[in-house]
Amino acid sequence: MSDLRKVSSSPHIRDKATSSNIMRDVAIALLPAAVFGVVHFGMNALIVLLVTVAVCVATEYIYEKLMHKPVTVGDFSAVVTGLLLGMNLPCSAPWWMAALGSVFAILVVKQLFGGLGQNFMNPALGGRCFLMISFAGRMTNYAYDTFTGATPLAVLREGESAGVDVLQMVIGNTAGMIGETSVIAILIGAAYLLWRGVIDLRIPGTYLVTFAVFMLLFGGHGFDGTYLAAQLAGGGLMLGAWFMATDYVTSPITPAGQIVYGVILGILTGIFRCFGASPEGVSYAIIFSNLLVPLIERFTIPMAFGKVKVKGGNRS
Amino acid sequence: MATLTFKGGVHPYDGKELSKDKAIVPYQPKGDLIYPVSQHIGAPAAPVVAKGDRVLVGQKIAEAGGFVSSPIYASVSGTVKAIEPHFVSTGAKVNAIVVENDGLYEEAPGLSIKPFEEMSRDDIIGIIKESGVVGMGGAGFPTHVKLSPKDPDKIDYVLVNCAECEPYLTSDYRLMVERPEKVVGGLKVVLELFGNAQGCICIEDNKPEAIKIMQKACENETRIQVKVLKTKYPQGAERMLIHAVTGRDLNSTMLPADLGCVVDNCDTITSIYDAVILGKPLISRVVTISGEAVAEPSNFECRMGTNVAELIEAAGGFKTEAKKVISGGPMMGFAMFDLEVPTTKTTSAVTCLAADAVSESPTTACINCGRCVAACDEGLIPARLAQFSEKFDLETFQKWHGMECVECGCCSYVCPAKRPLAQMIKNVRRMVMANRKK
Repeated sequence: MSDLRKVSSSPHIRDKATSSNIMRDVAIALLPAAVFGVVHFGMNALIVLLVTVAVCVATEYIYEKLMHKPVTVGDFSAVVTGLLLGMNLPCSAPWWMAALGSVFAILVVKQLFGGLGQNFMNPALGGRCFLMISFAGRMTNYAYDTFTGATPLAVLREGESAGVDVLQMVIGNTAGMIGETSVIAILIGAAYLLWRGVIDLRIPGTYLVTFAVFMLLFGGHGFDGTYLAAQLAGGGLMLGAWFMATDYVTSPITPAGQIVYGVILGILTGIFRCFGASPEGVSYAIIFSNLLVPLIERFTIPMAFGKVKVKGGNRS
Repeated sequence: MATLTFKGGVHPYDGKELSKDKAIVPYQPKGDLIYPVSQHIGAPAAPVVAKGDRVLVGQKIAEAGGFVSSPIYASVSGTVKAIEPHFVSTGAKVNAIVVENDGLYEEAPGLSIKPFEEMSRDDIIGIIKESGVVGMGGAGFPTHVKLSPKDPDKIDYVLVNCAECEPYLTSDYRLMVERPEKVVGGLKVVLELFGNAQGCICIEDNKPEAIKIMQKACENETRIQVKVLKTKYPQGAERMLIHAVTGRDLNSTMLPADLGCVVDNCDTITSIYDAVILGKPLISRVVTISGEAVAEPSNFECRMGTNVAELIEAAGGFKTEAKKVISGGPMMGFAMFDLEVPTTKTTSAVTCLAADAVSESPTTACINCGRCVAACDEGLIPARLAQFSEKFDLETFQKWHGMECVECGCCSYVCPAKRPLAQMIKNVRRMVMANRKK
């Protein structure tokens, strides 16, 4: 019995999709918005993006080498984190700040909690919020070229919706973080992800709808179409809803939980934007909701096929 | 009419073109025949022959060991060489009767049967029991038990499972194409037992030829319909089949009869026909030998107990190295460590894969992508169940409905991190079941 055949538990075939293919698709989908950011904001935006991607990948590589863990930089997840973090920084950000945020995102938020799949919070947003709290002034300095004005959301907050040009916001011709200004570029990427089956509409759909309803009710502008459109197109909402709220690791896996998660995101973003200290609210809404994920999942265990819900919860 | 289907499932490469046009060829075994006494769910059969006895084709060599059990018949004539434990395709070692084939195929008298019109309900079930018919789709549940529900009048559907959703398998397809009268005839026998039932021959829409032939074969049958199902794995799983055809949902605490359904595999139905109408006990079945590593993929009418290695040789042997040889199909079949095992009542195929996807794709961390959730036809969260499995958290596993898993393997198939989710879930299911027995 020297040449026994290889055995394994069924099934014996596997689909072609791999985690790195999925992550690569996300990176590809981010490119339109990133490229737009570079074209719109200029050379320094490119430097910020390159620094965040390079430092994220390097941090992951060095940490895993030092810890004698298998090196996983080939799975594109650090690239995605770096790209997302860079797109969440202003183009005026100095290189050291971009690098610091990247190290925080990968080392503290991701690797210290066990690496890919184990982080409880979106690493890119963790990095962004760390920088936001540490360097508030630099993080809200949206100056580029000769332009030193405020972001559309800040304008909205100050006064009436007449002060913003929604068409320019959709194109992306406004102040803001590097990758968040162009709604069109973000939607192109989102459409690619939907087409590839990487994301579905459950989270971004409920998020955007809930947010729109919230703003109609509590935004204080009634049925002001321009105000609503500007709120939807402004700030980090589009980038957040399509690329960060949909992050697999930090969103619920249960289908009903994804709906609940989207609703919570919409409400929190609305609260933060309407009543918070800053006109922005997306990143805090997402990282706060990330923390609720285990709880959401516990209450949204789906009913198994052929099971009927009985009084007193799901018992098998 | 909307195509009948279910939620979830996967679309693996089906490999059926390798063997679907190969007509069924009877294969006469050369080596010893091995008959494990457990080829079915339930009590093992008890041997009624001894070493040195001469047996004939169709002679009973082991008696059913209880109600949920099934007798075993010799498929060749020859001498009983030994009664000893032998490996079977699942990797288990089972007591088996070994018969040396004398190549004469001398036949024993068939089962004593009355003309079908004169048979009572008990006669029919008695013959099915006596002939050793069990569920030949894979589970091997004794058919006479399935056909004896508490209230036969409550059965309103008899479903013939011809979905054949497992990749590479073409044995049911060939039966439908070549012997449609047996499929219809077998179904008519079963319908005789259930006066209120409608018969449905359920076929996936990737077998248009079989659909056409079966439709023609039951043209004049008022109680039989052909149901066309959407091609998707695991459409042939009992729960998915019942759901697609009747809209009724079965869970782990129920039997199909609780929902008024009786489900039998295509090969089982033709064996019922052979037993009840022709008086022939179950001694052979159609076995597909296929896969990229086999030189000439074939469908054999194979005498039970034939050595698997011999069958592969009969199919031209390997043309490339077979990285994995599976008893059954690649989604739910058993990988065999040794090919010196016999075919049994439940061996529908031997699939010889030229590539082993499992060992070639390294496992990485779960990224929580939810593809397993989308693929799970039972509405479960395989990624979480696998986590509970890693922690041996049996309680939470059950709270998340882990026991509802039917082990179809869709979750492992789609997992982009190549995690063996189905295997991890299976492990815990076994543990829970063992604890329940205590």
